[in-house]
Amino acid sequence: MDHSPRKIFAMIDAGMKEEVLKSNTPWYCVSCYYCMVRCPKEIPITDFMYTLKNLAVEAKYYDSSDAPDFSESFIGYVEKYGRSFEMGLATRYHLTHKPLSKFSYGPFALGMLMKNRISLRPERIENIDQLRAILDKAKSLEVV
Amino acid sequence: MTERVGVYVCHCGSNIAGQVDVEDLAKWAGEELEGVVVARDYKFMCSSLGQELIEEDIKNEGLTRVVVGACSPHLHEKTFRRACSNAGLNPYLCQMASLREQVSWVTTDKDLANTKARALISGAVHRVQLQEELEATEVPVNPNTLVVGAGIAGIQASLELADAGYQVYLVEREPSIGGHMAQFDKTFPTLDCAACILTPRMSDVGQHPNINLLSYSEVEEVSGYVGNFHARLRKKARYINEEDCTGCGICIEKCPKKVIDDIFEAGMGYRKAVYRPFPQAVPKFPVIDTENCIYFERGTCKACEKFCPTDAIDFEQKDTFLDIDVGNIILATGYDLFDARKIPQYGYGRLANVFTNLEFERLCNAAGPTEGKIVMRDGVTQPESVAIVHCVGSRDVRFNTHCSAVCCMAAMKFGHLVMEKTGAEVYSFYIDLRPNQKGYEEFYNRLLEEGMHFIRGRVAEVTDAARQPGEEGKLIVQAEDTLLGMQRRIPVDMVILMSGLESRSDAHDVAVKFGISCSMAGWFTERHPKLAPVATMTDGIFIAGTCQGPKDIPASVSQGAAASASVQAMITCGTVEIEPIVATIHEENCSGCRICNNLCPFNAIDFNEEKMVSVINQALCKGCGTCVAACPAQAISGAHFSNEQIFSEIEGLLFDVVSGNGSKAAEPAKDSVPA
Amino acid sequence: MRYGYYPGCSLGSTAAPYDVSTKAIAKPLGLELEEIHDWNCCGATEYFSIQKTAAYALVARNLALAADQDGLKQLTAPCSACYLNLRKTDHYMGKYPKIGERTNEALAAGGLSYQPGSLEIRHLLDIVVNDVGLESIAEKVTNPLKGLRLAPYYGCLIVRPTLGDEPVDNPEYPTHLDELLDALGATVVDFPLKAHCCGGHMTQISSDTAYELIRRLLQNAADYEADAIVTICPMCQLNLDAYQSQVNGHFGTSFDLPVLYFTQMIGLALGMQPKELGIGKEIVSASKVLKKIGVETEEAEAKPERKKRDDKSLPMPKV
Repeated sequence: MDHSPRKIFAMIDAGMKEEVLKSNTPWYCVSCYYCMVRCPKEIPITDFMYTLKNLAVEAKYYDSSDAPDFSESFIGYVEKYGRSFEMGLATRYHLTHKPLSKFSYGPFALGMLMKNRISLRPERIENIDQLRAILDKAKSLEVV
Repeated sequence: MTERVGVYVCHCGSNIAGQVDVEDLAKWAGEELEGVVVARDYKFMCSSLGQELIEEDIKNEGLTRVVVGACSPHLHEKTFRRACSNAGLNPYLCQMASLREQVSWVTTDKDLANTKARALISGAVHRVQLQEELEATEVPVNPNTLVVGAGIAGIQASLELADAGYQVYLVEREPSIGGHMAQFDKTFPTLDCAACILTPRMSDVGQHPNINLLSYSEVEEVSGYVGNFHARLRKKARYINEEDCTGCGICIEKCPKKVIDDIFEAGMGYRKAVYRPFPQAVPKFPVIDTENCIYFERGTCKACEKFCPTDAIDFEQKDTFLDIDVGNIILATGYDLFDARKIPQYGYGRLANVFTNLEFERLCNAAGPTEGKIVMRDGVTQPESVAIVHCVGSRDVRFNTHCSAVCCMAAMKFGHLVMEKTGAEVYSFYIDLRPNQKGYEEFYNRLLEEGMHFIRGRVAEVTDAARQPGEEGKLIVQAEDTLLGMQRRIPVDMVILMSGLESRSDAHDVAVKFGISCSMAGWFTERHPKLAPVATMTDGIFIAGTCQGPKDIPASVSQGAAASASVQAMITCGTVEIEPIVATIHEENCSGCRICNNLCPFNAIDFNEEKMVSVINQALCKGCGTCVAACPAQAISGAHFSNEQIFSEIEGLLFDVVSGNGSKAAEPAKDSVPA
Repeated sequence: MRYGYYPGCSLGSTAAPYDVSTKAIAKPLGLELEEIHDWNCCGATEYFSIQKTAAYALVARNLALAADQDGLKQLTAPCSACYLNLRKTDHYMGKYPKIGERTNEALAAGGLSYQPGSLEIRHLLDIVVNDVGLESIAEKVTNPLKGLRLAPYYGCLIVRPTLGDEPVDNPEYPTHLDELLDALGATVVDFPLKAHCCGGHMTQISSDTAYELIRRLLQNAADYEADAIVTICPMCQLNLDAYQSQVNGHFGTSFDLPVLYFTQMIGLALGMQPKELGIGKEIVSASKVLKKIGVETEEAEAKPERKKRDDKSLPMPKV
């Protein structure tokens, strides 16, 4: 996290748009919502983080975080099948992001396979066309 | 006979003149409105010269009515009425039209503004010609005063009144006077011992011939009006005969039942079932806590009775009542502390070494549970590092939005005491520092020189879950140090939470009992936040101290003195004027249905059982008009707001309204009775 | 009571044991769980990061389908992330009219619509503790989990954020799971980090950060001598269980804490067989822990009630 959330707000107030959108802070947000529950002004900080991510993606500032790619891969599968597909997501994402450093995941992956906790094939919902129509319309209405 | 009306349109600088064409308005009034013989416009009617304009015209032009188009009557109605009476005209023959608050400040379109201004002036001119001369009544002011609450504000108010020679009834709910200040150790910024500066005053109160101290008592009921209040006081049973008790304390020594003292010791220490809250208590008489006393629980023990040398214990004692008459009432009921359990991430109640500010005061106090030694919850170990958390429950939308005004200074005071008594490192975590009175900033400087650490960042949590080496066995305070720009985790032995000040839990009920208002947060409402901080909208009732809002001791003392000065002014004057704008019930028309009785917001209407008619107490009546409107027999008339006057005003307001067939609003027949 | 059941994607794969155990205990607890027909993925935290309107629409399709399904009024989700997405979308559609309008416009493209507030969305833990009731569950327990020290782990999204006025459970120090485990007869280990975040998808984005978050939780539970951790969310279970060996490797620790679902614990207490509840599929084996159930342990000598004469300790505040 290169800038604390408080700093991000101060930078926004100061009009430092590029620095804010290039910051990796929103991508480190795990959405635990502690900030929203504790803020004495009830500022929806986590929601702000999501919006900053949206803006950063739109402005094509990805910086060094792999997070946007992960999210985009995830969404790709959801839009194709209506459900998430972890096996596909993990392989596609890890193979395209520093694959050599991912050997340490080996035991984890093996363990999951042996316990039959990973589906090897994606599941598709019935009304996938309906979902796609809804999502396409939503994207056309996007304000950010 | 036609009246001779003078119309005065004020520019109010550019406040009114900027939106309304004041010259044109005055000219129009003079030419178009019936009865107007003089019409002027002037830059500032409220100025002496403006007032003199009115006075001169009354004398020279023989005016019999005056209309002033200016600001709100809240501000200057009194001014213009006085100008009239100075010139020999009854002040109630004057009417104001609010051209500023009702027109120029709220209407953006100039044409609409001008039309509305004309309507208001026209309405006022119509109305004023039907107004009648009224005389204010005077009621006597009882020179006694009731002061509720004997903390420092109540004590100050009582002493000043008593020293001036007037009788005071000082009622205090706890067994001893002194309030929260008696619990403190030292006071900022002088580091005076709180008890040392308070107890002389307490002693004065106890001895003063003019103060009737009713401790361990509460106010049951209040009725009446300014200058003439009746109050019923309940003296709770102490179960100890005050005439016989010498205050020797043997009963306390011999009592076998020990309980945690939740009130004075803030839960940090113990007391017996028969107890005095603290050694310097005034009065000296102990009290038996019936909820914890073995005799009241099971009928056995009675050790106190056995050992009392003067036989002063009386288990059969009952609450007694005292009815008093007073002229004024001062409420100085104090504050409650925010409950830190509402913020679980600070660990209060769960982690042993997390204390609130009040608990810590008791630790520091030499007469407290540890005789002034600053130790941790085990009662023995001295802390080597202490963290102080500011703004617990204050400046927080989820709990209390206000700032509690005293915590920053109290935190500094604690820091000094900790460093002095234990040599520990002190870390104070703040959002903003507020040392804003005389000597406070200098005190902050002193602490900086003494080596206290101030970290600007609101504490996120206090935890015992160690993450790094060096944190085991400690309480870790996590906050973003905003001046450094990084998150810090500081392991400490003890944490002090600066819990905020809140209104008393029963503040709303107390406000209702006395007939004053309080805010949603429970702070009693002052008449004007800038210019009348100790008066309330109810004449004769004053407020002082923290019950009006969070403040420190000097401010509470000032308010106590201010309230007593206001009361003294009333007493010295001897009488108080009651506005004549009141309602009257015409007996011959009253059917005795009593609908008005419960509608009156000021409880001013009684029922005469003999005559079977309702009667209005005109001293309590505020002329709101509710009963006038509600009476099904139209038996009530409101002075200065008769039906004729109101209809006439409406007719004036509709000066430019033309109906479908081209006819203008008709004038109602003078004697017509409305539907 | 009838509930719409939204299992979420993970319950079909990585969290299959959760689905199995939920369905196994539904009947004995009297819960009628009706799976929402043709539900789609809730988008987890991923969709909101990229496109908000589409994210709301994605979730809202499920709400629309559930609301239309045979007069369902209650919708329950066993996964905390799904639970959050469903209730947040429902709440925000009502609270921010523009969001409501746009989402319904998108839904209309698929012939659907959803009126915010039509469904009451609740986590599975909530309906078990509050609707079935702890007393009712305690009565049905035939195999009390005596001898087991269980650490209830809530994670974040079940208790935060607080939408609307009253939270279901305290957002900082929740107690529902603690109370449930107590009713099942176990010794509840109230460890302070029980509502701290497990890191969510951080394991994929920045493993260093993720491993540290997981290590803290495991360390804290181990410090408090827990035999096992009980979770209510598939992501938390995955992180704490499947990545435990990675954490051990990364930090040189030797954690061996099985991580089970609360539905599995209920099943065990009701006398069901571990296999029926999907036990055996966890990476860190729970078998030795299961052997502890019903075994009496040597209780530490009960602390004396009365204070010693020279005990100077100060009283704690009442809670």
